[in-house]
Amino acid sequence: MLRFVALRLVMALPTLWAVLTLVFVLVRIVPGDPALVILGDQATEQALVALRHRMGLDVPLWDQYLQFMGAVLRGDLGISMVRNRPVWGEVALELTFVGILLGVVMGLPLGVLAAQHRGGWIDAVARWTSLLGLSFPAFISGILMLLLLAVELPWFPVIGNAPFANPPAHFRALVLPALNLGFIMVAYVARVTRSGMLASLSEDYIRTARAKGVPARLVVWRHALRNALIPVVTVVGLYFGILIGNSVLTEIVFNRPGLGKLIVGALNDRDYTMLQGLMVIYALVVVVANLATDLAYGAVDPRIRVR
Amino acid sequence: MGAPKGIAGRALGNRSLMAGVILLLLIIVLAVLAPWISPYDPNDQDAIASLGAPNAEHWFGTDFFGRDVLSRVIWGARVSLFVGAVSTAISMLLGGAIGILSGYVGGRFDQAVMAVMDVLLSFPQLIMGLIIVALLGANLSDLILAIAITAVPPFARVARGPTLSLKERDFVEAGRALGFSNLRIMLVHILPNVLDDLIVMGSLWLATAIRTEASLSFIGLGLPPPTATWGSIIREGFENLLDAPWLAVFPSLAVLLVMLALNMIGDGLRDATDPKAAVS
Repeated sequence: MLRFVALRLVMALPTLWAVLTLVFVLVRIVPGDPALVILGDQATEQALVALRHRMGLDVPLWDQYLQFMGAVLRGDLGISMVRNRPVWGEVALELTFVGILLGVVMGLPLGVLAAQHRGGWIDAVARWTSLLGLSFPAFISGILMLLLLAVELPWFPVIGNAPFANPPAHFRALVLPALNLGFIMVAYVARVTRSGMLASLSEDYIRTARAKGVPARLVVWRHALRNALIPVVTVVGLYFGILIGNSVLTEIVFNRPGLGKLIVGALNDRDYTMLQGLMVIYALVVVVANLATDLAYGAVDPRIRVR
Repeated sequence: MGAPKGIAGRALGNRSLMAGVILLLLIIVLAVLAPWISPYDPNDQDAIASLGAPNAEHWFGTDFFGRDVLSRVIWGARVSLFVGAVSTAISMLLGGAIGILSGYVGGRFDQAVMAVMDVLLSFPQLIMGLIIVALLGANLSDLILAIAITAVPPFARVARGPTLSLKERDFVEAGRALGFSNLRIMLVHILPNVLDDLIVMGSLWLATAIRTEASLSFIGLGLPPPTATWGSIIREGFENLLDAPWLAVFPSLAVLLVMLALNMIGDGLRDATDPKAAVS
């Protein structure tokens, strides 16, 4: 298993390098002079030159590239040009992870029960949940939730954020945005779990297990689910990118300070370092998610580890 | 069980598929007929009617500038459907071509192309869209291009897979023996076999493209005002959520209806092609 992990880590490196280079190039092609954007039309030529120098934009491109790569390797994403604060300090992935967790915790049992009682009422519930979850753009479900559960029925705060130092308020504020993200994830997970379970429940080894008297609960939740988990792992991994997009929208709707607002702001302000840092983080998260997906395959299905 | 039905027969008998098709057709008709059926000009301002609640004259109420929301929602359908359809078509064409070429040529070339696609896939789709729109600007053709680019890698993958096995098959070998050009083999012999997968993927992607357009214009990076798009109306509604909830709710329902229609069609198609997954 250790060799498998190491091998996958090494294989992820070239991708990571290419991603970083692409980030560097993309950010430089964004039109507009950052110094001009920050200082405005009235700025003197002197002030512009000084700011470009301070931001390291007056050295040749390849030099900027080497500096950027070196800094990323040291784990230093730089200091935001516009906000003058370290980029790392602005990162918040709490919402995304809680969203995934909710999706898996609610989606798996729903999918299993739907497959077990195929055509019954719980199957209908799963089917409609999936259909709605797949249909709702994240900002629309967020706005409707906000209207219903924070404005019409004042159960939750309208602004979805509270300082970490105040745990009850912090978690109460997290509920709606997390539910919003989780709801969409449930749709994906429940759907794949259901079809995976339907396939594995009709396999011969399940009939064998039933025939030799393994309790039904064990057959479903241990024997069948284990095989159905592989496509679920794929889906969770694949939809990580979509989930990040959805958290950007959710943050905007629930007015949470986070990556979503930052990236939109950074694009408007031509904040190169911020944009660069944010994209590195996004790409890193997706690459790590893919890695975790592969490792999860290895954990679920020992046959994959051998190769 | 009656006589076995073909895919077309099962599709016709599938209620969810038919409901989706009817719903989508209805929305397309509304969008096409917008100049004739929308009760007002979508950009006509009326300061006195600012943020008016739904009433007999304005069924969906009015926005901040007193514009009729129903008319704007109807006109918004044109933007959403057009951007979605054209960008999906472009990414299908581009991704399909790249995938078939990459798979057919194989070797180092294939590895390099797929590595590039993997790198592009490493960026969350919405983030990629945001950055490309910022790069290109936000007029109609650039917006379409931005959404299309984000979908090229998945289409390339879908086209490449089957190409890899198809090119080893006897009929391709026979084509080569007869001296057909590579281009002819790819277009006439491989493409038709890949087309089914591309079309199924395209029907799924249409929903994503429409959702991306709405999301971008909700964020404020869509078509510039005063063009009525669903995302931008929802954005205005979101800014006035407490005073004028209808402004956000009606265009939201419109987006939701299109998404439901497309997903019902997608589900129905899947059930029709794979009867094992169906409910009963």
